[in-house]
Amino acid sequence: MNFIRNSVVPVGTVLLVILVLWYAFAVILNAPFERDQAARAGTTISTSQLITNTMKQERPVLPAPHQVAEEIRKTVFDISPTSKRSLVYHGWVTLSSTLLGFALGTLLGILLAIAIVHSRTLDKSLMPWIITSQTVPILAIAPMIIVVLNAVNITGLLPKAMISTYLSFFPVAVGMVKGLRSPEIMHLDLMRTYNASKAQVFWKLRWPASMPYLFTSMKIAVAISLVGAIVGELPTGAVAGIGARLLAGSYYGQTVQIWAALIAAALMAAVLVSLIGLIANLVNRRMGVRT
Amino acid sequence: MRRSPLAVVAFALAAASLVLPTGADGPGFLFFSAPAIVFAAAAVALFVPPSRASLIALLILVHVAAFCLIGLLGAFATSGPAIGYWCSVIGAWLLAWLAVQRLAALRFKSPNMQRLSNLALPVLFGAWLLILWEIIVRGFGVPTILLPPPSMIAARIAASIPTLWADFQQTFLKAAIAGYAIGCGSGFIAAIVVDRVPFLRKGLLPIGNLVAALPVVGIAPIMVMWFGSYWESKAAVVVIMTFFPMLVNTVAGLAASGAMERDLMRTYGSTYIQTLLKLRLPAAMPFIFNALKINSTLALIGAIVAEFFGSPIVGMGFRISMEVGRMNVDMVWAEIFVAALAGSLSYGLITLIERAVTFWHPSYRT
Repeated sequence: MNFIRNSVVPVGTVLLVILVLWYAFAVILNAPFERDQAARAGTTISTSQLITNTMKQERPVLPAPHQVAEEIRKTVFDISPTSKRSLVYHGWVTLSSTLLGFALGTLLGILLAIAIVHSRTLDKSLMPWIITSQTVPILAIAPMIIVVLNAVNITGLLPKAMISTYLSFFPVAVGMVKGLRSPEIMHLDLMRTYNASKAQVFWKLRWPASMPYLFTSMKIAVAISLVGAIVGELPTGAVAGIGARLLAGSYYGQTVQIWAALIAAALMAAVLVSLIGLIANLVNRRMGVRT
Repeated sequence: MRRSPLAVVAFALAAASLVLPTGADGPGFLFFSAPAIVFAAAAVALFVPPSRASLIALLILVHVAAFCLIGLLGAFATSGPAIGYWCSVIGAWLLAWLAVQRLAALRFKSPNMQRLSNLALPVLFGAWLLILWEIIVRGFGVPTILLPPPSMIAARIAASIPTLWADFQQTFLKAAIAGYAIGCGSGFIAAIVVDRVPFLRKGLLPIGNLVAALPVVGIAPIMVMWFGSYWESKAAVVVIMTFFPMLVNTVAGLAASGAMERDLMRTYGSTYIQTLLKLRLPAAMPFIFNALKINSTLALIGAIVAEFFGSPIVGMGFRISMEVGRMNVDMVWAEIFVAALAGSLSYGLITLIERAVTFWHPSYRT
């Protein structure tokens, strides 16, 4: 009951308001085109006719929600997943490079964090550059990296995954440095009195203590990996993937297609983030965290 | 004294580079000097006990050696440098690493010296990144289209400052800053409203959290369609990208003040506005600055990516996509450099303001 009152009702209301606003804006933004059409045909158009017309334009300025839903239904269920017109196919292309980049980025981030925590030299000299590395708008130059790697015959999944890796290693590295340093001095001292080796301190104290930090940063990392994969698909001549769908849609003015791709990407991000949240809960419970 | 294994290896490599062929065309001044200086540096590292004076000598020698090694690059025949050259490069690199290690281990009494050494460490690390980049790219003859050497990028930057400035003006000064200001400002105001109305907080915050994780860059083509290809459409993308991080962080920050402090404000009989201005907003500042920092990189990204979908013939995103098409990779790297510089500077500026505003925060009180 509490759950319904505290989250379903408010979230549902806000979603409903967004939906209503969306329809309203669809009518307002699409109306000039209809009026124009009517004026050209030399007729006047009634308000009710205007509203129904704005809901089913071929290339609306802002497609109505049901048009987007229809487009998603059509491209997901009606077309076989192997076809190049299927959203499932494009979604899979994006998802595979997202996951590869995310896995590599998480691994790199963890390794860097371990090295930084154990070496004072690296902590002082490398850490500032890790932070600086993220002020480079890599997302903005992602297309260039793809094109250049293509020019030397590195194609396919890897270039896109590299961009996701570059983006996702950062939150993991920073979070894990914090996490691996999170054990209290008392606990570290206790390990010293046990005469524990560095490896033992790491596996029995630092690593378990860093788990909450790891999952928090992995959530950020997976979301940003997806963004990297999508932007990485923009320049490959619009071959495959959600990014390619966006670009093709913007070239041909297929707004419904753009919105469908956007919603698909949003759903994918939501699913990935909540999946990691789920794994985090499982791990936490196994480690004895009571909520 | 305990000899560092790094120094031993570097000494062996330097000795080897003295006898092995370097692959240079003829015996010139630089031809012999670089391995000799590396050898001298290795000797200092190995035989002179570590002290401040020997550390300074090591640093100077290693960087003179790096200078000579880069100078040598022009002297090679088509076959490129040979094994002796690479021995001295690796030796010099190991010695530089050793020097950085020794510098990191030093403790200074005066805080100014400590600050200087904390600054010098990343600078040395970055400098060696550039040195190795230059030597490896030119030494192995990596095609410039894949990775141009830093010297080529620097030359390109020097040669095309007016173009870079015009692009910077269009993308950063117009689109990114306008969008950043509007997005952060409206996110902030929305957060205060959301915080005032509990129903909105319960309903809007989960959605805000979700949207903050979404690939918002994807709306760039739609914004370009709606607002045209001038800077307004880029600013619109930036507004939407920066709005949600600001909203989520500010709402979290407004909840950050302790119950005790809030009770104290109640006993003072302070109004909502007074509590907000004197307690909750100051307490929220670390969170707000966190959002401002995240947004400063997002703004630049949004503005550049949006230009890929249509722009006038000026702008950093436009220049990048055009020069990639013409395979002028050095110009692209010049734009990357400008973008990185602008990103780092704005990040640094926000950090400075943060320090001034949240001087009371435990992380700044040492």
